[in-house]
Amino acid sequence: MTAATQPPSLSIQNLSVHYGEQGALLGASLDVAPGELMAVVGPSGCGKSSMLSAVNRMSDLIPGARVSGRVLIDNQDVLNGAVDVQALRRQVGMVFQQPNPFPLSIAENILFALREHGVRDKRELHGRMEQALQATGLWNEVRDRLHKPALGLSGGQQQRLCFARALALEPRVLLLDEPCSALDPIASATVEGLIDSLKGRYTLLMVTHNLAQARRLADHVAVCWVRDGCGCVLDSGPACELFESARDPQAQRYLNGMLC
Amino acid sequence: MSISTPLSLRSNLDWLLRAASLGCALTAAVVLLLILLFLTQASWPLLQQPASLLGASWQPANGLFGLQAMLGASLLSSLLALLLAVPAGLLVSIWLIFYAPAAVARVYGAMLGLMASIPSVVYGLWGLVVLVPLLGAWLPPGASLLAAGIVLALMILPLLMVQADVALRESARRHLPAALCLGVSPWSAIRRVLLPAAWPRLWPAILLQLGRALGETMAVLMVAGNVVQWPGSPFAPVRTLTANIALEMSYATGPHLQALYLSGWLLLVLALLLMALARLYGSRT
Repeated sequence: MTAATQPPSLSIQNLSVHYGEQGALLGASLDVAPGELMAVVGPSGCGKSSMLSAVNRMSDLIPGARVSGRVLIDNQDVLNGAVDVQALRRQVGMVFQQPNPFPLSIAENILFALREHGVRDKRELHGRMEQALQATGLWNEVRDRLHKPALGLSGGQQQRLCFARALALEPRVLLLDEPCSALDPIASATVEGLIDSLKGRYTLLMVTHNLAQARRLADHVAVCWVRDGCGCVLDSGPACELFESARDPQAQRYLNGMLC
Repeated sequence: MSISTPLSLRSNLDWLLRAASLGCALTAAVVLLLILLFLTQASWPLLQQPASLLGASWQPANGLFGLQAMLGASLLSSLLALLLAVPAGLLVSIWLIFYAPAAVARVYGAMLGLMASIPSVVYGLWGLVVLVPLLGAWLPPGASLLAAGIVLALMILPLLMVQADVALRESARRHLPAALCLGVSPWSAIRRVLLPAAWPRLWPAILLQLGRALGETMAVLMVAGNVVQWPGSPFAPVRTLTANIALEMSYATGPHLQALYLSGWLLLVLALLLMALARLYGSRT
Protein backbone atom coordinates (compact mmCIF):
# COMPACT_ATOMS: atom_id res chain seq x y z
CA MET A 1 0.00 0.00 0.00
CA THR A 2 1.34 3.38 -0.86
CA ALA A 3 0.37 5.50 2.07
CA ALA A 4 0.36 8.97 0.62
CA THR A 5 0.44 10.54 4.04
CA GLN A 6 3.00 9.83 6.74
CA PRO A 7 1.84 7.61 9.58
CA PRO A 8 0.64 9.68 12.53
CA SER A 9 1.79 9.80 16.11
CA LEU A 10 -0.47 8.20 18.70
CA SER A 11 -0.53 9.52 22.22
CA ILE A 12 -2.66 8.12 25.03
CA GLN A 13 -2.86 10.48 27.98
CA ASN A 14 -4.31 9.65 31.37
CA LEU A 15 -6.85 7.28 29.79
CA SER A 16 -9.42 5.64 32.07
CA VAL A 17 -12.14 3.19 31.07
CA HIS A 18 -15.00 2.22 33.38
CA TYR A 19 -17.77 -0.29 32.79
CA GLY A 20 -20.55 0.90 35.08
CA GLU A 21 -18.90 1.21 38.49
CA GLN A 22 -16.13 -1.24 37.62
CA GLY A 23 -12.84 0.30 36.55
CA ALA A 24 -11.04 -1.52 33.72
CA LEU A 25 -8.20 0.89 33.07
CA LEU A 26 -7.01 3.80 35.21
CA GLY A 27 -4.79 6.69 34.20
CA ALA A 28 -2.95 4.96 31.36
CA SER A 29 -0.44 7.03 29.38
CA LEU A 30 1.84 6.02 26.52
CA ASP A 31 3.25 7.46 23.31
CA VAL A 32 3.72 5.73 19.97
CA ALA A 33 5.98 7.51 17.49
CA PRO A 34 4.89 7.68 13.83
CA GLY A 35 5.38 4.35 12.06
CA GLU A 36 6.47 2.50 15.20
CA LEU A 37 4.99 -0.60 16.79
CA MET A 38 4.08 -0.43 20.45
CA ALA A 39 3.46 -3.82 22.06
CA VAL A 40 1.17 -3.80 25.09
CA VAL A 41 1.84 -6.80 27.34
CA GLY A 42 0.51 -7.89 30.70
CA PRO A 43 -1.75 -10.46 32.36
CA SER A 44 -5.43 -10.94 31.44
CA GLY A 45 -7.85 -8.37 32.78
CA CYS A 46 -5.36 -5.50 32.99
CA GLY A 47 -7.27 -3.27 30.58
CA LYS A 48 -5.27 -3.86 27.37
CA SER A 49 -8.31 -4.50 25.21
CA SER A 50 -10.20 -1.65 26.85
CA MET A 51 -7.33 0.63 25.82
CA LEU A 52 -7.63 -0.48 22.18
CA SER A 53 -11.40 -0.07 22.19
CA ALA A 54 -11.01 3.56 23.24
CA VAL A 55 -8.68 4.37 20.35
CA ASN A 56 -11.21 3.44 17.64
CA ARG A 57 -14.19 4.34 19.81
CA MET A 58 -15.58 0.79 19.76
CA SER A 59 -16.08 1.56 23.44
CA ASP A 60 -19.10 3.61 22.33
CA LEU A 61 -20.90 0.36 21.59
CA ILE A 62 -20.45 -1.19 25.04
CA PRO A 63 -23.43 -0.33 27.24
CA GLY A 64 -22.32 1.49 30.38
CA ALA A 65 -18.74 2.11 29.20
CA ARG A 66 -17.26 5.47 30.22
CA VAL A 67 -13.97 6.71 28.79
CA SER A 68 -12.02 9.69 30.08
CA GLY A 69 -8.60 11.16 29.30
CA ARG A 70 -7.20 11.92 25.88
CA VAL A 71 -6.30 9.81 22.84
CA LEU A 72 -4.41 11.98 20.36
CA ILE A 73 -3.80 10.92 16.77
CA ASP A 74 -1.57 13.59 15.24
CA ASN A 75 -2.62 15.85 18.11
CA GLN A 76 -6.33 15.43 17.42
CA ASP A 77 -8.33 14.06 20.34
CA VAL A 78 -10.44 11.16 19.05
CA LEU A 79 -12.44 11.07 22.29
CA ASN A 80 -13.89 14.45 21.44
CA GLY A 81 -17.65 14.10 20.99
CA ALA A 82 -17.53 15.99 17.70
CA VAL A 83 -15.30 13.39 16.00
CA ASP A 84 -16.90 11.54 13.08
CA VAL A 85 -16.64 8.00 14.44
CA GLN A 86 -17.05 6.28 11.06
CA ALA A 87 -14.28 8.41 9.54
CA LEU A 88 -12.11 7.66 12.59
CA ARG A 89 -12.56 3.91 12.16
CA ARG A 90 -11.48 4.19 8.53
CA GLN A 91 -8.25 5.79 9.79
CA VAL A 92 -7.78 3.28 12.59
CA GLY A 93 -8.01 -0.31 11.38
CA MET A 94 -8.38 -3.24 13.74
CA VAL A 95 -7.52 -6.95 13.65
CA PHE A 96 -8.99 -9.25 16.27
CA GLN A 97 -7.70 -12.28 18.15
CA GLN A 98 -9.93 -14.78 16.38
CA PRO A 99 -9.69 -14.63 12.59
CA ASN A 100 -13.17 -13.31 11.77
CA PRO A 101 -13.67 -12.91 8.03
CA PHE A 102 -17.29 -12.41 7.04
CA PRO A 103 -19.01 -15.54 5.66
CA LEU A 104 -18.93 -13.98 2.19
CA SER A 105 -16.56 -14.52 -0.72
CA ILE A 106 -12.89 -13.61 -0.33
CA ALA A 107 -13.33 -10.65 -2.68
CA GLU A 108 -16.50 -9.46 -1.00
CA ASN A 109 -14.77 -9.37 2.39
CA ILE A 110 -12.56 -6.59 1.07
CA LEU A 111 -14.92 -4.92 -1.40
CA PHE A 112 -17.79 -4.52 1.04
CA ALA A 113 -16.33 -1.67 3.08
CA LEU A 114 -14.72 -0.03 0.04
CA ARG A 115 -18.10 0.18 -1.66
CA GLU A 116 -19.74 1.52 1.48
CA HIS A 117 -17.11 4.25 1.51
CA GLY A 118 -18.10 5.35 -1.95
CA VAL A 119 -15.55 3.61 -4.19
CA ARG A 120 -17.68 2.78 -7.23
CA ASP A 121 -15.21 2.41 -10.08
CA LYS A 122 -14.73 -1.29 -10.88
CA ARG A 123 -11.09 -0.92 -11.80
CA GLU A 124 -10.27 1.01 -8.64
CA LEU A 125 -12.15 -1.50 -6.48
CA HIS A 126 -10.24 -4.39 -8.01
CA GLY A 127 -6.94 -2.51 -7.84
CA ARG A 128 -7.29 -1.75 -4.16
CA MET A 129 -8.35 -5.31 -3.40
CA GLU A 130 -5.34 -6.69 -5.26
CA GLN A 131 -3.01 -4.23 -3.49
CA ALA A 132 -4.35 -5.22 -0.08
CA LEU A 133 -4.03 -8.92 -0.89
CA GLN A 134 -0.51 -8.37 -2.24
CA ALA A 135 0.48 -6.52 0.92
CA THR A 136 -0.62 -9.46 3.06
CA GLY A 137 1.01 -12.05 0.80
CA LEU A 138 -2.35 -13.61 0.02
CA TRP A 139 -2.68 -12.59 -3.63
CA ASN A 140 -0.86 -15.56 -5.12
CA GLU A 141 -2.68 -17.95 -2.81
CA VAL A 142 -6.21 -16.73 -3.57
CA ARG A 143 -6.13 -15.02 -6.98
CA ASP A 144 -7.83 -18.01 -8.60
CA ARG A 145 -10.57 -18.29 -6.02
CA LEU A 146 -11.52 -14.73 -5.18
CA HIS A 147 -15.20 -15.64 -5.40
CA LYS A 148 -14.96 -18.72 -3.19
CA PRO A 149 -16.11 -18.50 0.46
CA ALA A 150 -13.57 -16.86 2.78
CA LEU A 151 -14.34 -19.46 5.44
CA GLY A 152 -12.72 -22.08 3.20
CA LEU A 153 -9.31 -20.53 3.88
CA SER A 154 -6.96 -21.84 6.56
CA GLY A 155 -6.78 -20.05 9.91
CA GLY A 156 -3.62 -18.15 9.04
CA GLN A 157 -4.99 -17.15 5.64
CA GLN A 158 -8.22 -15.99 7.26
CA GLN A 159 -6.25 -13.79 9.64
CA ARG A 160 -4.24 -12.31 6.78
CA LEU A 161 -7.52 -11.66 4.95
CA CYS A 162 -8.63 -9.71 8.04
CA PHE A 163 -5.42 -7.67 7.73
CA ALA A 164 -6.13 -7.12 4.02
CA ARG A 165 -9.71 -6.08 4.82
CA ALA A 166 -8.37 -3.39 7.14
CA LEU A 167 -5.49 -2.32 4.87
CA ALA A 168 -7.75 -1.86 1.83
CA LEU A 169 -9.28 1.18 3.54
CA GLU A 170 -5.80 2.76 3.71
CA PRO A 171 -5.82 3.35 7.45
CA ARG A 172 -3.02 5.21 9.22
CA VAL A 173 -3.14 3.43 12.57
CA LEU A 174 -3.61 -0.31 13.12
CA LEU A 175 -4.85 -1.85 16.36
CA LEU A 176 -3.92 -5.52 16.72
CA ASP A 177 -5.60 -7.46 19.54
CA GLU A 178 -3.46 -10.59 20.02
CA PRO A 179 -3.42 -11.21 16.25
CA CYS A 180 -1.43 -14.46 16.44
CA SER A 181 -2.71 -16.12 19.58
CA ALA A 182 -5.33 -18.26 17.81
CA LEU A 183 -2.91 -19.47 15.11
CA ASP A 184 -0.56 -22.43 14.88
CA PRO A 185 3.18 -21.64 15.09
CA ILE A 186 3.79 -21.63 11.34
CA ALA A 187 0.79 -19.44 10.50
CA SER A 188 1.77 -17.28 13.45
CA ALA A 189 5.26 -16.79 12.01
CA THR A 190 3.78 -15.76 8.64
CA VAL A 191 1.50 -13.21 10.30
CA GLU A 192 4.43 -11.94 12.37
CA GLY A 193 6.36 -11.39 9.14
CA LEU A 194 3.37 -9.48 7.80
CA ILE A 195 3.19 -7.27 10.90
CA ASP A 196 6.91 -6.60 10.63
CA SER A 197 6.44 -5.46 7.03
CA LEU A 198 3.78 -2.95 8.11
CA LYS A 199 6.11 -1.09 10.45
CA GLY A 200 7.15 2.30 9.12
CA ARG A 201 4.01 2.64 7.00
CA TYR A 202 1.45 2.46 9.78
CA THR A 203 1.49 3.35 13.45
CA LEU A 204 0.78 0.09 15.26
CA LEU A 205 -0.57 -0.67 18.71
CA MET A 206 -0.48 -4.41 19.39
CA VAL A 207 -1.74 -6.30 22.41
CA THR A 208 0.06 -9.61 22.92
CA HIS A 209 0.54 -12.25 25.59
CA ASN A 210 3.62 -13.51 23.84
CA LEU A 211 6.69 -11.78 25.34
CA ALA A 212 9.04 -13.34 22.78
CA GLN A 213 6.86 -11.93 20.03
CA ALA A 214 6.89 -8.50 21.66
CA ARG A 215 10.68 -8.66 21.83
CA ARG A 216 10.90 -9.62 18.14
CA LEU A 217 8.46 -7.07 16.78
CA ALA A 218 8.12 -4.10 19.08
CA ASP A 219 9.94 -0.79 18.91
CA HIS A 220 8.37 0.20 22.21
CA VAL A 221 6.77 -1.88 24.93
CA ALA A 222 4.18 -0.99 27.57
CA VAL A 223 3.59 -3.29 30.54
CA CYS A 224 0.06 -3.31 31.97
CA TRP A 225 -0.84 -4.66 35.40
CA VAL A 226 -3.80 -5.05 37.71
CA ARG A 227 -3.64 -2.82 40.78
CA ASP A 228 -6.49 -2.60 43.28
CA GLY A 229 -8.71 -4.52 40.86
CA CYS A 230 -8.11 -2.05 38.06
CA GLY A 231 -5.80 -2.08 35.05
CA CYS A 232 -2.95 0.40 34.68
CA VAL A 233 0.28 0.96 32.74
CA LEU A 234 3.26 0.06 34.95
CA ASP A 235 6.03 1.11 32.62
CA SER A 236 6.69 1.83 28.98
CA GLY A 237 9.72 2.58 26.86
CA PRO A 238 11.91 1.41 24.00
CA ALA A 239 11.72 -2.38 23.77
CA CYS A 240 15.45 -3.09 24.13
CA GLU A 241 15.77 -0.84 27.18
CA LEU A 242 12.64 -2.09 28.88
CA PHE A 243 13.50 -5.76 28.44
CA GLU A 244 16.97 -5.03 29.91
CA SER A 245 16.00 -2.78 32.77
CA ALA A 246 12.45 -1.66 33.38
CA ARG A 247 12.19 1.03 36.03
CA ASP A 248 9.23 -0.66 37.67
CA PRO A 249 10.37 -3.82 39.54
CA GLN A 250 7.06 -5.60 38.90
CA ALA A 251 7.35 -4.88 35.17
CA GLN A 252 10.97 -6.04 35.25
CA ARG A 253 10.01 -9.36 36.82
CA TYR A 254 7.14 -9.84 34.33
CA LEU A 255 9.36 -9.14 31.31
CA ASN A 256 11.91 -11.62 32.63
CA GLY A 257 9.27 -14.29 32.77
CA MET A 258 8.99 -14.32 36.58
CA LEU A 259 5.25 -14.01 36.61
CA CYS A 260 4.48 -14.13 40.32
CA MET B 1 -12.15 -53.96 41.74
CA SER B 2 -14.35 -51.29 43.18
CA ILE B 3 -14.18 -49.37 39.95
CA SER B 4 -15.54 -52.13 37.75
CA THR B 5 -19.04 -52.07 39.25
CA PRO B 6 -20.04 -48.53 38.29
CA LEU B 7 -18.34 -49.03 34.94
CA SER B 8 -20.37 -52.10 34.05
CA LEU B 9 -23.51 -50.43 35.39
CA ARG B 10 -22.84 -47.50 33.13
CA SER B 11 -22.42 -49.62 30.07
CA ASN B 12 -25.72 -51.38 30.87
CA LEU B 13 -27.49 -48.05 31.09
CA ASP B 14 -25.77 -47.05 27.91
CA TRP B 15 -27.20 -50.07 26.14
CA LEU B 16 -30.67 -49.29 27.47
CA LEU B 17 -30.48 -45.68 26.38
CA ARG B 18 -29.24 -46.70 22.98
CA ALA B 19 -32.04 -49.20 22.51
CA ALA B 20 -34.67 -46.73 23.72
CA SER B 21 -33.49 -43.88 21.52
CA LEU B 22 -33.13 -46.16 18.51
CA GLY B 23 -36.64 -47.45 19.17
CA CYS B 24 -38.09 -43.95 19.28
CA ALA B 25 -36.21 -42.89 16.17
CA LEU B 26 -37.42 -45.95 14.27
CA THR B 27 -41.00 -45.44 15.44
CA ALA B 28 -41.03 -41.88 14.13
CA ALA B 29 -39.64 -42.96 10.78
CA VAL B 30 -42.04 -45.92 10.53
CA VAL B 31 -45.08 -43.78 11.39
CA LEU B 32 -44.18 -41.31 8.65
CA LEU B 33 -43.67 -44.14 6.20
CA LEU B 34 -46.99 -45.75 7.20
CA ILE B 35 -48.88 -42.48 6.71
CA LEU B 36 -47.34 -42.07 3.28
CA LEU B 37 -48.14 -45.69 2.41
CA PHE B 38 -51.69 -45.42 3.69
CA LEU B 39 -52.39 -42.22 1.77
CA THR B 40 -50.83 -43.63 -1.39
CA GLN B 41 -52.88 -46.80 -1.11
CA ALA B 42 -56.11 -44.99 -0.30
CA SER B 43 -55.77 -42.64 -3.24
CA TRP B 44 -54.18 -45.17 -5.60
CA PRO B 45 -57.12 -45.53 -8.05
CA LEU B 46 -57.13 -41.78 -8.64
CA LEU B 47 -53.32 -41.47 -8.65
CA GLN B 48 -53.28 -43.68 -11.75
CA GLN B 49 -55.13 -41.05 -13.78
CA PRO B 50 -53.14 -37.90 -13.04
CA ALA B 51 -54.60 -36.02 -16.02
CA SER B 52 -58.06 -35.84 -14.47
CA LEU B 53 -56.61 -34.62 -11.18
CA LEU B 54 -55.01 -31.64 -12.82
CA GLY B 55 -58.39 -30.51 -14.13
CA ALA B 56 -59.84 -27.23 -13.03
CA SER B 57 -63.28 -28.34 -11.90
CA TRP B 58 -64.10 -29.99 -8.60
CA GLN B 59 -67.59 -31.52 -8.90
CA PRO B 60 -67.58 -34.70 -6.84
CA ALA B 61 -71.24 -35.41 -7.71
CA ASN B 62 -70.27 -35.55 -11.39
CA GLY B 63 -67.07 -37.47 -10.82
CA LEU B 64 -64.81 -34.49 -11.53
CA PHE B 65 -61.96 -34.31 -9.06
CA GLY B 66 -59.71 -31.54 -10.41
CA LEU B 67 -57.45 -30.33 -7.60
CA GLN B 68 -55.72 -27.62 -9.58
CA ALA B 69 -57.65 -24.64 -8.22
CA MET B 70 -57.36 -25.74 -4.61
CA LEU B 71 -53.69 -26.60 -4.92
CA GLY B 72 -53.18 -23.15 -6.43
CA ALA B 73 -55.11 -21.53 -3.59
CA SER B 74 -53.03 -23.40 -0.99
CA LEU B 75 -49.75 -22.39 -2.59
CA LEU B 76 -50.78 -18.81 -3.32
CA SER B 77 -52.18 -18.09 0.14
CA SER B 78 -49.05 -19.53 1.78
CA LEU B 79 -46.68 -17.63 -0.49
CA LEU B 80 -48.68 -14.45 0.09
CA ALA B 81 -48.30 -15.06 3.83
CA LEU B 82 -44.52 -15.37 3.42
CA LEU B 83 -44.41 -12.27 1.26
CA LEU B 84 -46.11 -10.34 4.05
CA ALA B 85 -44.49 -11.98 7.06
CA VAL B 86 -40.83 -12.37 6.06
CA PRO B 87 -39.94 -8.72 5.34
CA ALA B 88 -42.05 -7.50 8.25
CA GLY B 89 -40.60 -10.11 10.61
CA LEU B 90 -37.02 -9.35 9.63
CA LEU B 91 -37.49 -5.60 9.99
CA VAL B 92 -39.08 -5.96 13.43
CA SER B 93 -36.30 -8.35 14.54
CA ILE B 94 -33.66 -5.89 13.36
CA TRP B 95 -35.39 -3.08 15.22
CA LEU B 96 -35.67 -5.22 18.38
CA ILE B 97 -32.02 -6.29 18.39
CA PHE B 98 -30.28 -3.14 17.28
CA TYR B 99 -32.50 -0.14 17.90
CA ALA B 100 -35.19 -0.83 20.54
CA PRO B 101 -34.62 0.24 24.16
CA ALA B 102 -33.69 -2.80 26.28
CA ALA B 103 -36.90 -2.70 28.34
CA VAL B 104 -39.11 -2.54 25.23
CA ALA B 105 -37.19 -5.42 23.65
CA ARG B 106 -37.71 -7.56 26.76
CA VAL B 107 -41.46 -6.94 26.87
CA TYR B 108 -41.71 -7.49 23.13
CA GLY B 109 -39.81 -10.77 23.36
CA ALA B 110 -42.23 -12.03 25.99
CA MET B 111 -45.14 -10.94 23.82
CA LEU B 112 -43.75 -12.90 20.87
CA GLY B 113 -43.70 -16.06 22.96
CA LEU B 114 -47.31 -15.39 23.88
CA MET B 115 -48.32 -14.74 20.26
CA ALA B 116 -46.66 -17.97 19.18
CA SER B 117 -48.81 -19.94 21.61
CA ILE B 118 -52.15 -18.53 20.47
CA PRO B 119 -54.18 -21.34 18.82
CA SER B 120 -54.54 -20.76 15.10
CA VAL B 121 -58.33 -20.91 15.32
CA VAL B 122 -58.19 -17.71 17.36
CA TYR B 123 -56.35 -15.99 14.53
CA GLY B 124 -59.11 -17.30 12.27
CA LEU B 125 -61.75 -15.91 14.60
CA TRP B 126 -60.11 -12.50 14.57
CA GLY B 127 -59.90 -12.69 10.78
CA LEU B 128 -63.58 -13.56 10.53
CA VAL B 129 -64.82 -10.86 12.87
CA VAL B 130 -62.41 -8.01 12.11
CA LEU B 131 -60.44 -8.55 8.93
CA VAL B 132 -63.10 -9.98 6.60
CA PRO B 133 -65.65 -7.17 7.23
CA LEU B 134 -62.85 -4.61 6.78
CA LEU B 135 -61.79 -6.09 3.45
CA GLY B 136 -65.44 -6.56 2.53
CA ALA B 137 -66.15 -2.85 2.98
CA TRP B 138 -63.26 -2.10 0.65
CA LEU B 139 -63.74 -4.75 -2.04
CA PRO B 140 -66.49 -7.33 -1.37
CA PRO B 141 -66.93 -10.10 -0.45
CA GLY B 142 -64.03 -9.83 2.01
CA ALA B 143 -63.53 -13.52 2.58
CA SER B 144 -60.72 -14.01 0.09
CA LEU B 145 -57.22 -15.13 -0.81
CA LEU B 146 -55.91 -11.90 0.68
CA ALA B 147 -57.71 -12.47 3.98
CA ALA B 148 -56.27 -16.00 4.14
CA GLY B 149 -52.79 -14.66 3.37
CA ILE B 150 -52.98 -12.00 6.07
CA VAL B 151 -54.28 -14.38 8.74
CA LEU B 152 -51.59 -16.91 7.84
CA ALA B 153 -48.95 -14.19 7.91
CA LEU B 154 -50.00 -13.20 11.43
CA MET B 155 -50.01 -16.82 12.47
CA ILE B 156 -46.45 -17.56 11.26
CA LEU B 157 -44.99 -14.18 12.20
CA PRO B 158 -44.21 -14.88 15.89
CA LEU B 159 -42.23 -18.08 15.35
CA LEU B 160 -40.56 -16.60 12.29
CA MET B 161 -39.42 -13.66 14.41
CA VAL B 162 -38.23 -15.87 17.25
CA GLN B 163 -36.06 -17.80 14.79
CA ALA B 164 -34.89 -14.66 12.99
CA ASP B 165 -33.98 -13.19 16.36
CA VAL B 166 -31.75 -16.16 17.23
CA ALA B 167 -30.09 -16.16 13.80
CA LEU B 168 -29.48 -12.41 13.71
CA ARG B 169 -28.19 -12.20 17.29
CA GLU B 170 -25.67 -14.95 16.59
CA SER B 171 -24.67 -13.21 13.38
CA ALA B 172 -24.28 -9.88 15.23
CA ARG B 173 -22.21 -11.45 18.00
CA ARG B 174 -19.77 -12.83 15.46
CA HIS B 175 -19.61 -10.11 12.86
CA LEU B 176 -20.94 -6.77 14.09
CA PRO B 177 -17.76 -5.52 15.84
CA ALA B 178 -15.57 -6.46 12.86
CA ALA B 179 -17.95 -4.78 10.43
CA LEU B 180 -18.25 -1.57 12.46
CA CYS B 181 -14.46 -1.44 12.84
CA LEU B 182 -14.35 -0.88 9.08
CA GLY B 183 -16.11 2.43 9.61
CA VAL B 184 -19.38 1.47 7.91
CA SER B 185 -22.77 2.55 9.22
CA PRO B 186 -24.73 0.08 11.37
CA TRP B 187 -27.34 -0.17 8.63
CA SER B 188 -24.78 -1.21 5.99
CA ALA B 189 -23.28 -3.70 8.43
CA ILE B 190 -26.72 -5.22 8.98
CA ARG B 191 -27.64 -5.27 5.30
CA ARG B 192 -24.34 -6.31 3.75
CA VAL B 193 -22.88 -8.58 6.43
CA LEU B 194 -25.29 -9.63 9.18
CA LEU B 195 -28.26 -10.58 7.00
CA PRO B 196 -26.19 -12.58 4.47
CA ALA B 197 -24.38 -14.27 7.37
CA ALA B 198 -27.68 -15.18 9.02
CA TRP B 199 -29.28 -16.37 5.78
CA PRO B 200 -28.30 -20.08 6.09
CA ARG B 201 -30.28 -20.15 9.35
CA LEU B 202 -33.10 -17.88 8.19
CA TRP B 203 -33.87 -19.89 5.07
CA PRO B 204 -34.79 -23.19 6.82
CA ALA B 205 -36.88 -21.20 9.30
CA ILE B 206 -38.78 -19.60 6.42
CA LEU B 207 -39.38 -22.96 4.75
CA LEU B 208 -40.58 -24.41 8.04
CA GLN B 209 -43.14 -21.61 8.37
CA LEU B 210 -44.17 -22.13 4.73
CA GLY B 211 -44.88 -25.72 5.71
CA ARG B 212 -47.02 -24.55 8.63
CA ALA B 213 -48.93 -22.13 6.41
CA LEU B 214 -49.60 -24.84 3.80
CA GLY B 215 -50.90 -27.17 6.47
CA GLU B 216 -53.07 -24.69 8.33
CA THR B 217 -56.72 -25.62 8.01
CA MET B 218 -59.09 -23.96 10.45
CA ALA B 219 -57.94 -20.34 10.29
CA VAL B 220 -57.93 -20.44 6.49
CA LEU B 221 -61.29 -22.16 6.29
CA MET B 222 -62.81 -19.36 8.36
CA VAL B 223 -61.65 -16.47 6.18
CA ALA B 224 -60.94 -17.74 2.65
CA GLY B 225 -64.54 -17.92 1.40
CA ASN B 226 -64.27 -21.57 0.31
CA VAL B 227 -65.33 -21.20 -3.31
CA VAL B 228 -63.46 -23.67 -5.50
CA GLN B 229 -61.96 -21.47 -8.21
CA TRP B 230 -58.71 -20.07 -9.45
CA PRO B 231 -58.46 -16.68 -7.79
CA GLY B 232 -58.78 -13.98 -10.46
CA SER B 233 -57.58 -11.42 -7.93
CA PRO B 234 -56.41 -11.35 -4.30
CA PHE B 235 -59.95 -10.32 -3.37
CA ALA B 236 -61.58 -13.45 -4.81
CA PRO B 237 -62.74 -16.18 -2.42
CA VAL B 238 -60.80 -19.44 -2.64
CA ARG B 239 -60.75 -22.90 -1.08
CA THR B 240 -57.49 -24.52 -0.04
CA LEU B 241 -56.72 -28.24 -0.08
CA THR B 242 -56.73 -28.41 3.70
CA ALA B 243 -60.05 -26.61 4.02
CA ASN B 244 -61.53 -28.92 1.39
CA ILE B 245 -60.59 -32.01 3.37
CA ALA B 246 -62.10 -30.58 6.53
CA LEU B 247 -65.29 -29.47 4.78
CA GLU B 248 -66.07 -32.67 2.86
CA MET B 249 -64.51 -35.50 4.84
CA SER B 250 -67.63 -36.08 6.91
CA TYR B 251 -69.82 -37.17 3.98
CA ALA B 252 -67.46 -38.22 1.18
CA THR B 253 -67.55 -41.80 -0.13
CA GLY B 254 -66.01 -43.78 -2.96
CA PRO B 255 -63.90 -41.82 -5.49
CA HIS B 256 -64.77 -38.57 -3.68
CA LEU B 257 -63.17 -39.93 -0.53
CA GLN B 258 -60.18 -41.11 -2.54
CA ALA B 259 -59.80 -37.58 -3.92
CA LEU B 260 -59.68 -36.22 -0.39
CA TYR B 261 -57.03 -38.75 0.57
CA LEU B 262 -55.15 -37.66 -2.50
CA SER B 263 -55.31 -34.05 -1.28
CA GLY B 264 -53.70 -35.22 1.94
CA TRP B 265 -51.08 -37.13 -0.05
CA LEU B 266 -50.27 -33.97 -2.02
CA LEU B 267 -49.88 -31.91 1.15
CA LEU B 268 -47.60 -34.51 2.71
CA VAL B 269 -45.43 -34.75 -0.40
CA LEU B 270 -45.23 -30.95 -0.58
CA ALA B 271 -44.14 -30.80 3.05
CA LEU B 272 -41.51 -33.50 2.49
CA LEU B 273 -40.20 -31.65 -0.56
CA LEU B 274 -39.92 -28.44 1.46
CA MET B 275 -37.98 -30.21 4.20
CA ALA B 276 -35.70 -31.83 1.64
CA LEU B 277 -35.08 -28.40 0.12
CA ALA B 278 -34.24 -26.93 3.51
CA ARG B 279 -31.91 -29.82 4.24
CA LEU B 280 -30.24 -29.60 0.84
CA TYR B 281 -29.63 -25.89 1.30
CA GLY B 282 -28.35 -26.45 4.84
CA SER B 283 -25.80 -29.00 3.68
CA ARG B 284 -24.53 -26.70 0.94
CA THR B 285 -23.67 -23.84 3.32
